[in-house]
Amino acid sequence: MAAVRFLHVSRHFGDVKAVDHVSLDIHDGEFFSLLGPSGSGKTTCLRLIAGFDHPTAGAIELHGVGVSGIPPYERDVNTVFQDYALFPHMSVGQNVAYGLMIKRVPPTERDARVREMLDLVRLGGMAERRPSQLSGGQRQRVALARALINRPRVLLLDEPLGALDLKLRQQMQIELKAIQQHVGITFIYVTHDQEEALTMSDRLAVFNNGRVEQVGAPAEVYEHPATDFVAGFVGVSNLVSGETARAITGSPETFTIRPEKILMHEPDAAIEDGLCWIDGRVRDVVYLGPHTRYRVDLDAGGELTVTQQNVDSTSLDVQAARGRRVRLVWPRAHNRSVITTG
Amino acid sequence: MPVTRRLAISLYRHPRVALLLLLAPPLLWLGVVYLGSLSSLVVQSFFSLDGFTGQVVRRFTLATYRDLLTPANMDIVMRTAGMAAAVTLAAAVAAFPLAYYMARYASPRGKAALYLAVLLPLWSSYLVRVFSWKLILAKEGILNWTVQRLALGGALDWLLGLPVIGGPSLSVSLLGMFVVFLYVWLPYMILPVEAALERIPESFLEASADLGARPGQTFRQVILPLALPGVIAGSIFTFSLTLGDFIVPYALGNSALFIGQAVLAHQGTSGNIPLAAAFTVVPMVIMAFYLLAAKRTGAFDAL
Amino acid sequence: MPSRTAPGPHQARASFGLKAATLAVLLYLHLPLAIIILYAFTTEDAAFTFPPPGLTLDWFGVAWRRSDIWAALSLSLRVATATTGVALLLGTLAAAAVHRAKFFGRETISFLVILPIALPGIITGIALRSAISLLNIPFSLWTIVIGHATFCVVVVYNNVLARFRRTAASQVEASMDLGASPFETFRYIVLPSIATALLAGGMLAFALSFDEIIVTTFTAGQQETLPIWIFTQLTKPRQRPVTNIAAIFVIAATMVPILLAHRLTEGSGGRAGR
Repeated sequence: MAAVRFLHVSRHFGDVKAVDHVSLDIHDGEFFSLLGPSGSGKTTCLRLIAGFDHPTAGAIELHGVGVSGIPPYERDVNTVFQDYALFPHMSVGQNVAYGLMIKRVPPTERDARVREMLDLVRLGGMAERRPSQLSGGQRQRVALARALINRPRVLLLDEPLGALDLKLRQQMQIELKAIQQHVGITFIYVTHDQEEALTMSDRLAVFNNGRVEQVGAPAEVYEHPATDFVAGFVGVSNLVSGETARAITGSPETFTIRPEKILMHEPDAAIEDGLCWIDGRVRDVVYLGPHTRYRVDLDAGGELTVTQQNVDSTSLDVQAARGRRVRLVWPRAHNRSVITTG
Repeated sequence: MPVTRRLAISLYRHPRVALLLLLAPPLLWLGVVYLGSLSSLVVQSFFSLDGFTGQVVRRFTLATYRDLLTPANMDIVMRTAGMAAAVTLAAAVAAFPLAYYMARYASPRGKAALYLAVLLPLWSSYLVRVFSWKLILAKEGILNWTVQRLALGGALDWLLGLPVIGGPSLSVSLLGMFVVFLYVWLPYMILPVEAALERIPESFLEASADLGARPGQTFRQVILPLALPGVIAGSIFTFSLTLGDFIVPYALGNSALFIGQAVLAHQGTSGNIPLAAAFTVVPMVIMAFYLLAAKRTGAFDAL
Repeated sequence: MPSRTAPGPHQARASFGLKAATLAVLLYLHLPLAIIILYAFTTEDAAFTFPPPGLTLDWFGVAWRRSDIWAALSLSLRVATATTGVALLLGTLAAAAVHRAKFFGRETISFLVILPIALPGIITGIALRSAISLLNIPFSLWTIVIGHATFCVVVVYNNVLARFRRTAASQVEASMDLGASPFETFRYIVLPSIATALLAGGMLAFALSFDEIIVTTFTAGQQETLPIWIFTQLTKPRQRPVTNIAAIFVIAATMVPILLAHRLTEGSGGRAGR
């Protein structure tokens, strides 16, 4: 049975279709990400699950039970808010204990569980502090502990790492994943960061303009993007169509090809069976440390972006490529035809 | 499930009902009691007083408004409006130096202190502040004492000898009233003017100077136009408060009545509530036009 | 940059003229209150000669023994307390409604709350007086409270609304998310976060009500609040310094709450404005 099920759910704000006919099954115990640019409807979906907002049409089920008309405080889900929403007039311990206090759990049990939760998020000994005395990363952990203490069956996380700097974010990604595996409950994770979604999720749904473009495991979504939007949003992709496509594949049908799948050869390189190729001139070189990104103007019109590992080249070497004629070669099997959704 | 829990859930399912429950008490009070009273005021102004019985005749008539338009009553309206205009103009001028100093020169702490120094008189007892001038303007009081010390008696006598604004002494003249009105309403002008001045970026003044304007020119061409919405916002208060006041004329005036006094007299001793109501319709109409004009200048953003 | 002989439009220091004018306005705003205090100690019974012929503390004893002052003070305190209670309730409800939902007529509510303070007090006064007379309601403590609460709601409303706007909406959601019903959320989250705003708004409402005279004149009938008592003393020639003592009391009773309220809302955007 699905932990969360969306059945043709729409949420319109006036003329704006924030969520538009979304149907989704999120399995029990999985780490599921809702990925999309801002305004694509992913946070609205989260709020619909939590009960802060209501669908204009369609139904949502939690563990097989329709939740229409059930207020947030009667739903067995908890939320980690984007701004953490810690209560400023309570200590860290009181914040974490809030859900238990509301449920009238006896103080001795309450204290024990608060301690256990704070240890889990590595904030043992911080119970007496005020939220304002904590760093961003620590506040984030308090918010997590507070949401987990009620032992919900589903935890909703709304861009929880958005306010943290890169290093801390990467560290928290690993910790969050570890905690999810430890407690074994469903995590529904909203993010606009495709890398974050790819690293952490068991499965993810890509949102655009209130619609779900694709649902699948990270590798599947990355390797087989269903639409041009997914190809462009999840990782970087070249979108090839029209005359350029015809020059490469013999057909004007649109396809995408990842920049890292393309190899850059000398202009007279031999072509084996099963390979695509096209000639062009390097217009632009961007040295990025581990790899270099080239933009190549194609003789057939249009351009392709190519990335190459900097295996033994230095930045000086790669800069010398500018203006050089090249032949771009890749296995035909990496071409992905996609649906254009605009 | 406890009753409150059930109630909470049904309110969750009917957010409009929850909103209505929140709104009902303030709406009942302000919408029914207050607006109801205001409309009863307008309704009463269309009733009339029976001259023989002294009872209010509850029948629609324009007779009360005819009474209002008699020369004696129009005198009262014109006098009040004239005073309101004079006080407003003077307040705009008097507010500028302090507001300008606060906005441009005062240190953060100094500004906070000055802000409080303007705020306190604005909030504190208005009656007591009027009362203090009764002491100051008294014939044997501190102002006359100072005038005599400075040998300015001649100048004061000349001022009091002027027609209309003069009188036997400062404590019974339009001039004295003007000083007191200005005193009590000035804080209402200072605060919006200060807010408007504070919003003028430093770079505007530098740009003006850079383009060759002298300080006086910058003041006229840049500062004044940009401060105008603040002045207009302040003028709404000074004008409207002067129009409706009866304490100052009562404490310091002579036999020449103001709208507020007329209202008070008609509703009190003579029991002529219709005429009192008609009198208050006058400041309401004046203020309605004033607010419409002020809205066009964007002064409401400065409030 | 063009060479300038005249000083720039904005020097680091204000000119002497500006400073002098600023000081003059400040003195004009504050000296009169000192005069009131001074004349509470004069030995004269019926005039305000300057300088006072002598100073005495006797009038405080006289004021203490005057039962009419005590009666007026007691009425003013009861009115201000009841008004504060009504204003707190109505102002908070209105602020909550306006804050929580975008509904048709939301602007109208704000306008309606501000109107009694934007219109001259005499209009509110005579309007209530006219309604009281139309409905034949006898004058009482409650007719005064109705008048006062009408224009005091706005100060609570402004303070609480400003605080609501500063408090993250997610806190209320977080509380409900953690299992708290709306009532529990109000008790544990909303109330603590607006407590100081309520205190400040309540004190301002108290101060406004305590010294109000214009509306009170129309809704009090024969009852005397302290300001009305002072007002009637203006024309009475005897024991004038007693009036000053009452006036000092009114100053203190309004200024202290205002200063406290200012402290409580400092930097919170809870604007004090009539």
